[in-house]
Amino acid sequence: MSDAGRKALILGKVVLVTGVARQLGGRFVRRIQRDPEVERVIAVDAVPPAHQLGGADFVQADIRQPTIARVLAETGADTVVHLDVTGTPLGGGNRATVKETNVIGTMQLLGACQKSPAVRRLVIKSSTNVYGSAPRDPAVFTETTPAKSLPSGGFAKDTVEVEGYVRGFARRRPDVAVCVLRFANILGPSADTPLASYFALPVLPTVFGYDPRLQFVHEDDVVEVLRLASHEPRRGTLNSGTFNVAGDGVLLLSQCSRRLGRPTVPLLLPAVTWAGSLVRTLGMTDFSPEQFRLLTHGRVVDTVQMRETLGFTPRYTTAEAFADFARGQGAGLLPPEAVAGAVDRIAALALPGGGRPTTHSAD
Amino acid sequence: MADAKVIPFDDDRSRGSGSGGGPQRSGRRRGAGGRRGGRGDTGAAAEELGGVQRLPERGPAGGAERPAERSGSGDRSGPEGGPDGGLERRVAAGLSFLRRRLTGDYEVDDFGYDAELTDQVLMSLLRPVYEKYFRVEVKGVENIPDKGGALIVANHSGTLPLDGLMMQVAVHDRHPAGRHLRLLAADLVFVLPVVNELARKLGHTLACAEDAERLLEQGELVGVMPEGFKGIGKPFSERYKLQRFGRGGFVSTAMRQGVPIIPCSIVGAEEIYPMIGNAKTIARVLGIPYFPLTPTFPWLGPLGAVPLPTKWTIQFGEPIPTDGYPPEAAEDPMLMFNLTDQVREQIQHTLYKLLVQRRSVFF
Repeated sequence: MSDAGRKALILGKVVLVTGVARQLGGRFVRRIQRDPEVERVIAVDAVPPAHQLGGADFVQADIRQPTIARVLAETGADTVVHLDVTGTPLGGGNRATVKETNVIGTMQLLGACQKSPAVRRLVIKSSTNVYGSAPRDPAVFTETTPAKSLPSGGFAKDTVEVEGYVRGFARRRPDVAVCVLRFANILGPSADTPLASYFALPVLPTVFGYDPRLQFVHEDDVVEVLRLASHEPRRGTLNSGTFNVAGDGVLLLSQCSRRLGRPTVPLLLPAVTWAGSLVRTLGMTDFSPEQFRLLTHGRVVDTVQMRETLGFTPRYTTAEAFADFARGQGAGLLPPEAVAGAVDRIAALALPGGGRPTTHSAD
Repeated sequence: MADAKVIPFDDDRSRGSGSGGGPQRSGRRRGAGGRRGGRGDTGAAAEELGGVQRLPERGPAGGAERPAERSGSGDRSGPEGGPDGGLERRVAAGLSFLRRRLTGDYEVDDFGYDAELTDQVLMSLLRPVYEKYFRVEVKGVENIPDKGGALIVANHSGTLPLDGLMMQVAVHDRHPAGRHLRLLAADLVFVLPVVNELARKLGHTLACAEDAERLLEQGELVGVMPEGFKGIGKPFSERYKLQRFGRGGFVSTAMRQGVPIIPCSIVGAEEIYPMIGNAKTIARVLGIPYFPLTPTFPWLGPLGAVPLPTKWTIQFGEPIPTDGYPPEAAEDPMLMFNLTDQVREQIQHTLYKLLVQRRSVFF
């Protein structure tokens, strides 16, 4: 073991976190510095964050540049948490910048890690997007399910490439514990994911004749599982490898829209594809084709490995994560309470003495 | 519109289990729900509980039928209004159902199976076809275990997969434990809009080893038709001749989970659309495996797509156990072929036996 590595073990961990200008990165930085075994947190991003980072040291560095290797060497970080793999640009960036940060940034960071003997542990934020979404896929993906149709572009393809580089790194540095966390759609009061911005639309366009199954994971659980992966594994668990991370249960898109109180506009699939490419060409949004595929065919992952090997139990189920997200959203055009009230009023009209139809023969 | 579909279901249900009209039925239900112990009591006792004096004169008749009645729900809308009582109760149930549907307050499983929608709406749409149109006769339902996983293997015929749906209704309605059959469907089902949505909500999933094993592991009853398109799209001249049973993947799936295989023979489905020709060019253009030409379709347009009202028989055979084999047996191709043949032979023999017993195609 090198000097830096031994020093880190004695003095406590030095954690380097990328992508801290995002809400999630900021929350993780603030949370992990409270852990007793963590001595120092180095927060890295290309732009200064708008939020507080607590006692962490912010280093303004672009992970696409070789400077990241110098940061890593100078700080002697032993744990690297790579959160800068995202689907949406921050601020005024475009898709090309995002892709470059995702892919080139990961390559640079992994190259730097390979050079640094101090690095013992690497945590990568990936996404269940790597499985794609196709009608010919099995209903539930496990970590080993090969994708029937590999994502053709966008964020999903980035994550596939990122994971490929991470596998290469793990081969070259077998002494580093590598943990790839494939997150389902992250939701929460402050989540800034493409799906969150989709659910913020006043009227949700959907694909006619399809009701995708969706899974969500709450931000709080994301921070917790990242923490779990950044520390030494607890007894009886193993925190290196690839894990799906998602809340229990499934919500259909139709359920989501009803719980959110936002009406849906079913569109024919060709029209959706065409309109999507038009909107993308005009640069109005970054709603990528794989988002359309997700909202057509849906995706559900198996989380047995997360529970049994990683030893993590999410606090929020899919439905609870969605409910928490919905609370943070404004009232929709058809709030569920109003709909329920309307049905109750009809019930009162139809059943003068009957009152609310609470009993029901679920035969 | 959802409640409009619920009402006939309850109606049908009650009519099936007794011969009563509105007031009699509600009286019985109240009795069953309110006084479980006092079954011998006549309707009068039950009516007094609710404080309703105007006892229908058919009360004793209702009481005599009561032991046969399954315990219904304890509804509140008494039978005071004669026929209105039953109607009121059904309106209340329908509105409560509607309320839950409109606010998204229901659950689906990982496969997208919506038990409530299936029971309340979709089954009630299929039931008239099952009971009145095809007059399905079910034999050997006792061969399906009350709990635990089992794999039902059936023959496939009839151009459109109505036989699978009828088998699902047969298991749901006739099995004493009210088990739900989870069918494995071809990938085409999940490509088509609307069809895929309904199939998922009915609990169907893609016919692949992963999904089948996952369902069997959860102790579900899984139905598979290994002939696939070869069986359903075969010409009329080859009716009741079993086609090749795929590659026998269903046997190794059942064996890996150690669940019994229940052979199932369906007679009557072959004649619903006598396929006398196959317009291969049209099929290729439409991207479907075959385009049937029957004496009526497509010549009579949509009218030609109405199936012939044949009389059906569904026979569930003796279960074939698969738990007596060593774990590596699932990898033994010879054993797989032998077991596949055994299942196939048993279905074929039962088909011939049922055909001999059949008086006529339509009666």
